Amino acid sequence: MSGNRHEPQRRRDMAALAIAAGLLVAGAVMLWDSARLADLGGYSGVGPASVPRVVGFALIGLAVWTAIEALRGDFPQRPAQNIPPVLWIVAGLALQLVLLHLTGFSIATGILFAFTARAFGKRNLAMTIPIGIVFAFAVWAVFSQLLMLHLPAGPLEHLVFPRG
Amino acid sequence: MSAFDFLLQGLGTAADPMMLLYALIGVTLGTAVGVLPGIGPALTVALLLPVTYRLDPAGSLIMFAGIYYGGMYGGSTTSILLNTPGESASIITALEGNKMARKGRGGPALATAAIGSFIAGLIATLLLAFLAPWIVKVALVFGPREYFALMVLAFVTVSAAFGDSALRGLTSLFLGLALACVGIDQLTGQARLSFGVPELLDGIEVTTMAVAMFALGEALFIAGQRDQAEDEVTAVKGSVWMSRRDWARSWKPWLRGTVIGFPIGAMPAGGAEIGTFLSYATEKRLTRHPEEFGDGAIEGVAGPEAANNASAAGTLVPLLTLGLPTSATAAIMLAGFQQFGLQPGPLLFATNPTLVWGLIASLLIANAMLLVLNLPLIGLWVKLLTVPKPWLYAGILLFATLGTIGANPSSFELGMLLGFGVLGYVMRLFGYPIAPIVVGLILGPMAEQQLRRALAISQGDWTTLVQSPIAATLLAIAALALIVPLILRARGKGEMLSQLAGEED
Repeated sequence: MSGNRHEPQRRRDMAALAIAAGLLVAGAVMLWDSARLADLGGYSGVGPASVPRVVGFALIGLAVWTAIEALRGDFPQRPAQNIPPVLWIVAGLALQLVLLHLTGFSIATGILFAFTARAFGKRNLAMTIPIGIVFAFAVWAVFSQLLMLHLPAGPLEHLVFPRG
Repeated sequence: MSAFDFLLQGLGTAADPMMLLYALIGVTLGTAVGVLPGIGPALTVALLLPVTYRLDPAGSLIMFAGIYYGGMYGGSTTSILLNTPGESASIITALEGNKMARKGRGGPALATAAIGSFIAGLIATLLLAFLAPWIVKVALVFGPREYFALMVLAFVTVSAAFGDSALRGLTSLFLGLALACVGIDQLTGQARLSFGVPELLDGIEVTTMAVAMFALGEALFIAGQRDQAEDEVTAVKGSVWMSRRDWARSWKPWLRGTVIGFPIGAMPAGGAEIGTFLSYATEKRLTRHPEEFGDGAIEGVAGPEAANNASAAGTLVPLLTLGLPTSATAAIMLAGFQQFGLQPGPLLFATNPTLVWGLIASLLIANAMLLVLNLPLIGLWVKLLTVPKPWLYAGILLFATLGTIGANPSSFELGMLLGFGVLGYVMRLFGYPIAPIVVGLILGPMAEQQLRRALAISQGDWTTLVQSPIAATLLAIAALALIVPLILRARGKGEMLSQLAGEED
């Protein structure tokens, strides 16, 4: 994505072309889905499929516009990105998603906490994961016990609050 | 009854100890998020939506409004002491404010920001109270087509009129409108774009999307930046009080900032920052000390800070009287009203005057609380700035996911959170504005409903949309707001517009 930063300005911008392709697909999906709907326009002549159809065409139009700007190299330069920290956060969120109903809120969220801290430079996971779990557990206790929010409980939560 | 009587009644409601507590929580949280770089009032209100689901509607809304006002105060602290704006409406404050802090005049800079914010907030809230009944009277004659035209105007100004590219603004807006189509159609009950997934039948949750876009997208973007130099906090030296000369140089910018900021906030133009830019430009032209500008002129702090608070109050005018959000924070607050089954607009003033006037009156109280929180207690907020980034962002992500899990503890919802977070990251990376996609998702269904109602009334005759003078005027302004910036950019005059870029708050 950031590879062509140093090359001449007027060059085909592959990342921007990819965005154009994505917009095209999104527009096509809108049109495909709206074609499937029975258009019960009623008195207005405007049914449930009309607005999605308009938005679909607009997205396709924007895809073409984006492609033109991409080919002319009109997209602004991107700030150089450091990918590993971004992936650490995404991995933390994905793990939380997978673990949430297995291990409960505190452990899953503690891992997210530690992975995020790692992305920002606290590299020692052996220290940050326990800190994260303790902190997430405290948050869990306040929000699920005092504010009555439904946060999934796991073995750790059941250990301290047997009634969950 | 006149607006004055209603306001007095509202003060009665707002003086209830529970309401005072909600207001205090709101302004404290608001100041904190305003101070912390990376989180703004829009995100905070979005995070709190699921948490307040079971609380009192009036109290929660008072808290949200307090967060909005507080964010405007807190942002100035970060700008002045750290040179990193806490939120977008304080970018301009950093120009002169940080220079003042470096010269050892951080105290007076903070004081003129806080007092200016107080005065602007006071005047603007009173303006809100006295204008609102009048606009409500006008809005009562609005039918579906006028509302539709109003929303089209909001769409255009939020996405295309400002910022550096109409293409990217419109793309962001139409992505939001596309997402708004997901779910069961409100008028015919048909499932749209749900692809047989039951979770999608209810549509895309505004809070999930807003939290993902603002919190996750921002965290990913900051994490990805190459140079993560530690920011340096300039210590506040000397007295925080302003000298007689500072007062003399501040009071006119405060008033001018208020006059500039209030109408800009009330216009559907996407945020408080535009008023701050105009106020700064005005002060720079009118000052008797032009040599100090760029080197720590107090007018350059006083004016913009007054302007951003006045815009926050101005934003509440269309939100409360028409149900029309003009900034991302207002859009999320609208979602907050809807969560309690309330629809802001002229009818709310008739059906629930206690709540509306209580809310307006509590803003006056919140404003006074903020002055106390931000002047004598400034040292506490400065300490917040020393929280190391890893813990700060780890905490933000923890609370971001907490809100989503609390609203709906399903893996599907968390998956959407992650997906939108990555989308928000990519959008930031390529310079797409975030506000249009959020406004599109929230206003999209309302605009569609009004359009279909208008056309049902006219039996399918599209010309009905321009047959009412009000609707025709609004649509004409919308067309101008779309076309004029395109011409300006094509002639290479887009720089001014990109400086006015509507950001997330």
